[in-house]
Parts: sequence; structure tokens; C-alpha cells
Amino acid sequence: MPSSAFLLALRALLATTIGLWMPVAMAASMGESDARHLLARTGFGPTTTEVRTYAALSRDDAIAKLLADVRTTPATAPPAWINEPGPFRRPGPVASAEERKAFQQGETRRAAELRGWWVREMLVTPSPLTERMTLFWHNHFVSSEQKVRDARLMYAQNATLRAQALGNFASLLHAVAKDPAMVIYLDNAQNRKGAANENFAREVMELFTLGQGHYTEQDIKEAARAFTGWGVDRDTGTFAFRPRLHDDGEKTVFGKTARFDGDAILDLVLERRETAEFIIAKLWKEFVSPEPDRRSVERIAQAFRASKYDLKVALRGLLETNAFWASDNRGTLVKSPVEIVVGALRQLDIAPDDTLPLAFAVAGMGQNLFAPPNVRGWPGGEVWINSNTLLARKQFLDRIARNDAGAPPRTAVATMTAQLADTNTDSAPMMATREATLAEINRAARIARQIDRSTRNLRFEAARWLSERNGATRDEKLGAAKRLLLPIAAQLPVADDADVTTAVAASLLDPAYQLK
Amino acid sequence: MTIDRNRRRFLRATAALPIARAVGCVTFGAASVAFAGTPATDRAFDSAFDRYRHLLVLVELKGGNDGLNTLVPYTDAAYYALRPKLAIARDQIIQLSDRVGLHPALAPFSAFWRDRELAVLQGVGYPQPNLSHFRSIEIWDTASRSDEYREDGWLTRTFAQQPVTASYAADGVVIGSNDLGPLSGSGARTIALADTPTFLRRARLAQPAAAAPNKALAHILKVEADIVQARGHLATERAFEIEVPASGFGNAVKTACQVIANPSGVAAVRLTLTGFDTHTHQPGTQARLLAELAGGLTALKSALVELGRWNETLVLTYAEFGRRPRENLSLGTDHGTSNVHFALGGRVAGGLYGETPDLTLLSSDGNPRHALDFRDVYATVLERWWDVDARNALGGRFTAVPFLRM
Repeated sequence: MPSSAFLLALRALLATTIGLWMPVAMAASMGESDARHLLARTGFGPTTTEVRTYAALSRDDAIAKLLADVRTTPATAPPAWINEPGPFRRPGPVASAEERKAFQQGETRRAAELRGWWVREMLVTPSPLTERMTLFWHNHFVSSEQKVRDARLMYAQNATLRAQALGNFASLLHAVAKDPAMVIYLDNAQNRKGAANENFAREVMELFTLGQGHYTEQDIKEAARAFTGWGVDRDTGTFAFRPRLHDDGEKTVFGKTARFDGDAILDLVLERRETAEFIIAKLWKEFVSPEPDRRSVERIAQAFRASKYDLKVALRGLLETNAFWASDNRGTLVKSPVEIVVGALRQLDIAPDDTLPLAFAVAGMGQNLFAPPNVRGWPGGEVWINSNTLLARKQFLDRIARNDAGAPPRTAVATMTAQLADTNTDSAPMMATREATLAEINRAARIARQIDRSTRNLRFEAARWLSERNGATRDEKLGAAKRLLLPIAAQLPVADDADVTTAVAASLLDPAYQLK
Repeated sequence: MTIDRNRRRFLRATAALPIARAVGCVTFGAASVAFAGTPATDRAFDSAFDRYRHLLVLVELKGGNDGLNTLVPYTDAAYYALRPKLAIARDQIIQLSDRVGLHPALAPFSAFWRDRELAVLQGVGYPQPNLSHFRSIEIWDTASRSDEYREDGWLTRTFAQQPVTASYAADGVVIGSNDLGPLSGSGARTIALADTPTFLRRARLAQPAAAAPNKALAHILKVEADIVQARGHLATERAFEIEVPASGFGNAVKTACQVIANPSGVAAVRLTLTGFDTHTHQPGTQARLLAELAGGLTALKSALVELGRWNETLVLTYAEFGRRPRENLSLGTDHGTSNVHFALGGRVAGGLYGETPDLTLLSSDGNPRHALDFRDVYATVLERWWDVDARNALGGRFTAVPFLRM
């Protein structure tokens, strides 16, 4: 039995050898396998063209290029109504049934269009990482259209998240705290002197920065007072500070006492080591592996804090870890519904005319954009997959691979309607009975049309697509297709005599396709 | 030890008797009474004993049903004072006792009450109640304390500890929701579906595969395997002579009947009736939803009687919380705490349990004290219905409520 001293010596020797060899390896082009991994983890389903471009770069240069390409604005034109003037309030208790109905219908339509617009942005953006990070922040600084009930404010929040998607976390935190959709969603609009509402103060510490266990109930109570007077001007849809509702007395938070206002509380939170560690650990789970490595997280968090919260420093730190590139960590993360839908269309070169139906398909898999289930967001990971959502994913993939444009099953509509209603719990007051029934019927009919259209106009040209893969023979091309589509070896065998469509569909339906 | 062995021998002998087979569930019931308190593991030793033949149907009243207008304290002056606009008129109420009665939309429950198959559980809640929908339902689903975070659902923990027979179609089936609630977590074989035809049509896309190299893939392969297991068993289509309400919940009940009709069995089914978050315009909405509930459960009973399973079924409602006794200014009610719930089934000991809330003793936020802990209700399911040790699933010892005739 070799002694542990011997093993240590061996390990040291190996480390030296690898160390000597590393600089050469880092400078060299990383090849298609690494390029595919990097792009799958930082974007949506890498295409052959993207993989070829990145394969020629070293890992360092590839990471630099990804970060240099990051955008602060969308590449596509948002819906025209985002600039429609106020008011930004829903019909009051005295509104007539017609007014309420008109409001509901208009708002539901705009929210659907907003979802369709974002899916298109994700499909065509030259910087998929920008959208992945915007989506990450949407699921971190959660607000839901189902409570905010104004698609214009939801768009404005989306723009705020994108502007700092890989900018500065401190600026992002301050901006989000005053974002009108957030002020409404977490009830700061109801937070006033003498009648504090703790919702925002609690979530900002528990979910946005420190994480559970790093603050006291008293910290929350005091911090809530600092946010009193924050509100939304319902005529302009902008943040409004109302001094008369603000409690400007002394507050004691984290043991410090002063007449803190809301921004001062955010600065106190940003001073704490736990904030950087909390954010880095969450980013680790998004990009690296399901189990953050504590020491690496601490190291990257330190650099993140030293940079005064530069998110590019954070992301570069994560992408440069050995863990990110380790073969054991490939194919260990579950794709989100957006990654399944947008990724498949990008990889199969399918350009849909209308992306709104795709947003419904994504919702049917459990990710209704702009409406996360609650303030904690979509839990993600393995929770994405249950028998219902897995089959919804496979059904979508099967249909696009086979151009199978049969009518949508009526029952799928029922599921979707129920699922959308499901996310509605914390939303605005219930509608009156008849209104609710009508709304449900309309919604079901609309969803039926949407699901139908979501796959009908998607034409996958299997023969042409395969001809564009690398390789001299059909088998080589099929091998290249499989390597593009799957992060790890296929789990299921494909018959040797399968036709092209069946062979491609087999990769899409393989359990490994659910992973990245 | 000798005694235990004798018990097992007796059980085996009983199961082997032809007459015992003919009246299987009755014998089972008698055995349960005879050996109340026998450790769960002892019984599991006997191959003829199958605790999960006892079916549990959970019905979630999502959004938080208003219990005070569901079971009305119609002689209580405080009720009418708190509900000047929303109080149900006394002559509309279906009287259950000289103090309380049901909302008129629950008229179909009269038959269950008359047959003593309806237990009304009053004041079900927990200490330090949370008024957030998602936090409170998480507390109910994971059977945790108010200040404690647990991952898996209470049924998942139960099935992980005391596995369901492998030949069952699934441990649990969640109908019409992607939120697995009490069945969340990977320790149980849970199937989520909207209806059986869609499930079966899509299920052909699932395939069994060998061992997985990582945890995420292992989870996906497990879900695929669960689908493959279930699809073989859920294929039986059975026509029931029942009438279900024309609604999402009615369809879910229909699906539940199909799932339960599969001869290989499931241990638990979860249905969801959503829309109870009645901050405004409560009367019409709640009446519609309660009518759907009562109509749906009446249809469910007919189907179960047809299948000969009604005596082996326990139906239990639950929700994240009840609503505030004092009505708000928009013809609605806001988030409250303890609530009334129903247990129905062929072996339910009909009657009133818990305590009618004292509306003159409300907390500073205007809510009544709870009389029964929801984990007492769960303990009843685990210990009395399934004869499993409840301590692990519930994180402590709770007192079963005697609403079952076993």
C-alpha cells in the first residue's frame, strides 16, 4: 500500500509537470469541445458557426471575447407601447365592469407580447450571455407582471437589468431598489412612517444580498423604516420619494446607528463580505456546477469586492476556475425551459416568424417569463424536471425535429391554462365570477391557437442541416451533429439504419439533451 | 419477540383465509384495530399486508379558502359583526349543529354528513402563522415548523421511509399542477400529469436508460423511469357513470378517477382547486368554487363506489391558510391563519372536530387561535390510515385526531 507521503509527492510532481505545460495549453486554441462547453454554459444552444469561431481561440481569449461582446441594450426593437404615457394604475373599486375588462384584456395582451419580444431577443442577440445574465437577474431581483399588472413597468425593469447585466452589482442593486415594478412588487409602495411594510427590507437581505442567517429580525424592522416613503408616481410610472411618509429617525442596522435612508441601508449591505459570497455562489450554480466550491467562491468573492462589485470580474473569475472546465462537471446542469426552446431553434437553424407562441411553449414547461412563481424565483436545477414538464420538453423537441404540425391536444391547453392560473395566487384581487369565467375561456382559446402556431411554422430542414456539419461521410456528419447537440455521451442508442430526421430527433430526445 | 412472531403468523393466516379475501378491507380494518400500536416494520414483514391499498386523495384549496363562510357559526353575534356585508344569511345555511352550518354551495355535502362520512376539522393551523401564500403552503407541504425550512414534501418523506409496493403505477400522482407540493423531492415516484390521454400520448417519448454519471442526469433518468412505469399501468380507460362539474377541477376529478381505476394502484393523488384568494368580490367566486368542490367530490365518491374503493379512500382538503374574520372594504377578505378542512371517505367517522373559532378572542392582527395543528391531521393519515411512524415525516410527535373508523 503506497504511503500518503508517496501520494503527496506524486501529486506534487504531477502538478509541476502540468504547471510547466499549462501556459502553452492556455495560449493554444481550445478546440471544439471546450468551445461548445463555454458557449452552452454562457448562452443558448451553441450553433456550429459559433463553435468554430470560438474553437480557434484560447480559453482566455474566448472569455475575453464573450465579456467584450456584452451589450447594455437589446438588439431588437421592443414593443411600441412601452412608451405609451400613463396613468400607471389599474381600475379602482368604482370602475365599471367594461373598464375592468378592457384593462384586463389590454394588459394580458401586452404582457404576452412582452414575453414574445424577449424570446426573439434571446434568439437573435449577438450576445447570448447578455440575455442569460438579464434572465439571471430577472430570477434574482424577482418581480412578477401578475402582481405589478403593467407590462410597461416590466419592460422598464428588464431594461434596467440588461443595462447592468454584466456591469456593476452595487449600481444594479440601487437601481433595482428604486425600480417602479420592484417598488410595487415588494410593497415598498405601501411602506410608510408609523406603518412599516417589511417585505422589501426582508427580501433585499434574505434573497438579494446576504442570504439567510446573516441578519436579525431587528435589522429588518429597522431597515424597513429606512425605506418608508418610497413609492411610484402613478401618473408618470417613475420612482417617487415622499418625504412626509418617510421615517427619518435613527435606525440601528448591523450594530450601526444613524438616520439611515434606503440608499444608506443598501450601502451597509454592500459593505458586508456575505453579499459578495452570496452572489458568487449563486452565479457558480448558474454557470459552473450544482455544488459551489467554498474556497473558490471565497477567493472570487474577494476579487469581486475589491473591484467594487464589477460583474465582469466575477464572471471571469468563475469561467477561469478549473471546476468550470473539469470534464466531471460537464453535463451536470439542467437546462431551463428557455434554454431548451431558444437553444433548439438556434442549433437547428430554425427562424420562426412569430415568437409569441414560443413564449407560451416555455411557460408550458414551467417558466412563464415576467411571472416567476414567487419572490424566490424559479428554483431551477432538478426542480425544472417532473414527468409533466419533461414530457412537455420532449413533445416540443419531437415536433420541431419532425415538422409534426398536428393540432395541439386540447388537454395541453387545459394544462397551460391551469398552469398560468397557478402562478396567479399572489396577484391582484380576484375578478368577479362571470368576468373570471370569460377570461378563462378566452385564455384557453388563445392558448390553443398559440400552441398550435408555436410549432406549425417551424420548418426544420434535416437533410440540408446535416449536410452543413463537419465530416466526409454521413456517419461522420451524424457524429458531429451529436457532438454539437449533446454535452456528454448519448444515453440511448440509435438504430444504425435510422433516417436523418430520426437520428437528429434521437439526440434531441436523449436525456443528455436536457443538460448543459 | 414471541408475541410479535405470533402476530405476524396470525396476520398471514388471516390473509390466507378465503373468507378474509372476500371481505379483504374489513378484515384489514379489524386487524388494524387489534394491533393498534404495532411497530410499522413488524407489519411490513407480512407480504399480504399492503398499507397503501388505503388511498389518500388530497385536495388543495389554493389561494386560501375563507373558512368562516365555509363553516358558518350562524348563532354567533360576533360573526355578523365582523361580516356586515359578507355574512351568509341564516336561512341559507345547511345546519350541522345548533351552532355551525355549511355554506349553501356545499349542499351536496349533506349526503356525506347524513351518512356520517364527513369529518369537519375546525381551526386547523399552526403556531406563529405566516401570511405569505408561498411560505405558508411550503410549511404545510413540507410539514415544517414556521421557522424551519425543509426540502422534501411530507408524503415524499413518508414514501422514502416506508416504500410503496414496487408494482404500483406510482407512489403519488399530481393532477393539473407543476407544483408537486407534498410530493416534491426525489425520494418518491411522483407523476405529474394534466390528464391520462395526453400523458400516455407523450409518454412514448420516455425511455429507460442505464446508470447515470451525475446527479442531474440521474434525476432525469428517474423521472423517465417513473413515466415508463406509470404509462404501462395508466393505459386502462374506464367509463364511469358520473357527472363532473364543467370546469378545470371537474376534469381533474375525471382524471383522478382514471388514475385510481388502474388495477396496479397508487398511494396518493393530489388535486388542486385554485382561485380562493378572494380579496374582492368574494361571494360569487367562493360560491362557484365551493360548488365545484362539492360537485367534484360527490362525483369522485360515485366513481370510487363503482370501483369498490370508497371504503379504502380518504379524501382530505388543505390550504395554505384561512382568511381574516373581519371582512375588508372590497367585498372580500384578506390573508388569515387557521381554517376549516374536510375529511371524507367510507371509513371517516363523521362529525365535528377541533373547536369552532372564538371570534371574540382574536390576535392583534385579527385572527383566531388554531385548535388543531395541521400536523395532527397528517399524523392521523400516517399512523391511522397507513400505519407508518409519523415522527420522521412530521419532525416530531403529533396527536392523531380520531376522525377515522378503523
